Amino acid sequence: MSYRAGQRVRVAARPHDGHHRTPEYLKGKIGTVERLHGSFTNPETRAYGADGLPKQPLYLVGFAQHDVWPDYRGGHADDRIYVDVFEHWLEAVE
Amino acid sequence: MTDHDHDHDHPHAPITTGDEPLAAARVRALADLLVEKHAIGRDDLRERIDWLVSRTPADGARLVARAWVDPEFKERLLADARAAALELGLDPGPSPVVVAVENTKAVHHMVVCTLCSCYPKALLGPPPDWYKSLPYRSRAVSDPRGVLDEFGVEIEDGVEVRVLDSTADIRYLVIPRRPADGDAMTEDELASLVTRDSMIGVAQPAAQKPIGS
Repeated sequence: MSYRAGQRVRVAARPHDGHHRTPEYLKGKIGTVERLHGSFTNPETRAYGADGLPKQPLYLVGFAQHDVWPDYRGGHADDRIYVDVFEHWLEAVE
Repeated sequence: MTDHDHDHDHPHAPITTGDEPLAAARVRALADLLVEKHAIGRDDLRERIDWLVSRTPADGARLVARAWVDPEFKERLLADARAAALELGLDPGPSPVVVAVENTKAVHHMVVCTLCSCYPKALLGPPPDWYKSLPYRSRAVSDPRGVLDEFGVEIEDGVEVRVLDSTADIRYLVIPRRPADGDAMTEDELASLVTRDSMIGVAQPAAQKPIGS
């Protein structure tokens, strides 16, 4: 499914053998879609010599630092981290 | 590896590193293999390296300085940095999307690539070694305020710190704050204040006051 800016999403917590571009520190974390960048070749297949097609939608997703790092050091509650995440790594949050 | 008895069927000189760093020797061995297997040509490799070392932060600085003196250009830069670079006749590089983010009194951005070393090379030149180091890559996301402090960047309380982890095809460029004492400067003079590190978000342009003040 596709997501719109402002929508809350969770990064899938599934493990993945092999190359992928979803950082471990984000898995299972809930953030907010900032924007859709467009669609790009899939690094999970391209890394092994395939063409990476079909292209996959890539989103910029923002997370509150306090949600990502429980012991985050920063006085400002609004510090955020923004990460590019492919659509097949995102789940809708009800 | 003087006892060259591993099992493959092509001849080559013994692989030794000599005084060469291990990583450099490994890259050279990989390049030799790729050329031998016709995956790339020596000329492709040379062209690519020549392109990379010809890139400097001066191009990124031109974008920033123009944005400082021309608010309409700044809007176009924030909307589509790739198109804005092309508008100034600059090479935005192979990434299909380049995103510029603006540092203000209230928000400070910094860029990292935790998975490898993604970096807007076309506009900033080759990345510094620390950008590729594990300590920066891990701590920039988990303790950005500590990292900024170590870089000597003062962040006032109340300023929101935003970290951009470039995990995929997008390249990010920070537009640092215009120096408060730069009002009388020309665009070229302003460009000379814009450092590489300020466009990564780990430094201020020269002569700038602490962020948030």
